[in-house]
Amino acid sequence: MKILEVLKKYDIKTEELDAFTSRREAFRKLASFGKSVAFAAIPAGMVAGSTQNASAAHIPTVINVLNFALTLEYLEGEYYTTGINSPGLIPAGKDMAIFETIEKHEVDHVAFLKAAIASYGGTPVEKPTFDFTAGGNFSPFTDYEQFLILAQAFEDTGVRAYKGQAGNLIEENSALTAALQIHSVEARHASEVRRLRGLKGWITQAERGTGMPAATQAVYNGEDNLIQGGVDVTTVTPIGSDGITESFDEPLTTEEVLTIAGLFIAQA
Amino acid sequence: MSKQTLLDESNAALSQNKGDRRKFLKFSGAAIATTGILLSGCQEVFEALPNARTEGKGPAMRSVPLGKGDIGILNYAYALEQLEAAFYLQVVATMYSGISESEMVMMEDIKNHEVAHRDFLKAALGKNAIVDLNFDFSSVDFSDRDSVLATAKVFEDLGVAAYNGAGQLLESPDYLLIAGKIVSVEARHAAAIRSIYDNDFTSFAGDDIIDANGLDRAFSPTTVLEAAAPFIMNKIIANQLPTS
Repeated sequence: MKILEVLKKYDIKTEELDAFTSRREAFRKLASFGKSVAFAAIPAGMVAGSTQNASAAHIPTVINVLNFALTLEYLEGEYYTTGINSPGLIPAGKDMAIFETIEKHEVDHVAFLKAAIASYGGTPVEKPTFDFTAGGNFSPFTDYEQFLILAQAFEDTGVRAYKGQAGNLIEENSALTAALQIHSVEARHASEVRRLRGLKGWITQAERGTGMPAATQAVYNGEDNLIQGGVDVTTVTPIGSDGITESFDEPLTTEEVLTIAGLFIAQA
Repeated sequence: MSKQTLLDESNAALSQNKGDRRKFLKFSGAAIATTGILLSGCQEVFEALPNARTEGKGPAMRSVPLGKGDIGILNYAYALEQLEAAFYLQVVATMYSGISESEMVMMEDIKNHEVAHRDFLKAALGKNAIVDLNFDFSSVDFSDRDSVLATAKVFEDLGVAAYNGAGQLLESPDYLLIAGKIVSVEARHAAAIRSIYDNDFTSFAGDDIIDANGLDRAFSPTTVLEAAAPFIMNKIIANQLPTS
């Protein structure tokens, strides 16, 4: 089944709307729980401040965005879980420590998003069947170089995907903040995987980087943008265009992300 | 009294105060990294000291209101980018001893990014932009790798948490997108700095900052500005910022 169909199939049903208020409250508690435990310094007012009395009109959009994110997290989660359990693939020590850390976060994101979607009255999408060979073109679980290549592609895609959805969550503060908190974790992962591959942690121009096959270029197209908020940044700073493009990560649209992720979803 | 005289006086007041300040900063270094509360307590003590900087009248002591609404949040971001840019400009001007080639490239890159963020935000804010802030990095030993990287780590993690917390305070989706474009680059920096500084392969996204849900930190402007206050000589007035 194509990923778009998967997402459509689980669209919000109208009879679930009544349950929003209480479930949204549950999500807020969930979202604030981890923060309040781990970071006592967060003022109580900030967590409480995320409560909005907006109508439920935007909630179907929020649920769709969270299901979209969940699909990406399923992909990443299964990828790393399979990777760290493939004997002889990931070198022990530094590399394994890095990928175990990343895997833990992706699995945590899956659980968190499922709970969040349910708390808004939505139904979490089921995990698609993945094909990480992309139809026989990659062999990431027997070839470590390829494992690293796809890891970089997935992380850099994840950063751009969350960024592209932020605007769709602007009416729902708790979901927006949680999505931003996942977004920056993906960016930390991306930086680390890139550096493990010998690249810089940031993206220069629209370069996919040494060793990345042309098939991954879609992940980097558009990263060479120099116009931010209507300002041609080259005209307001002495920093050169390489530096400017590194300074701003660019979003991907839903369609662009699904085209990339769709390569790794087995067709029914 | 001429402007110059005022400036001289405030500088004299500052250097007189430096000893106390340095001690304070050493003591509170660990607190900056983890909690706003403890630091906030120290800050009050510091402000009660004689000749505390907030009592000065020179240009360096100028109070800076950030403003309200989205402009206020963008000015808040601009203040933080000014801080980071000033820090890394000093880092690259006096690279720490024994710095490797790759670390030199990293510091130069990050400096470029923070300057680009700063200059962009200033241009985007136009006449609404706050003034150039004055900074105090006397607690940092720029010749010492540990001192520089420990400070960089605090700034980068703080920047990430600041943007993560500020997103929901913005009304405009366009500004939200711009904040999103910047915060992931700060997170890339944070991971890289942690990776070269901490003797721990998992530090790039360590359990000290990523919670059990796999979420990074999100701080309110109040928490962030308290943590940044020891480095900013101006008094930042944030009382008009949106709170939700």
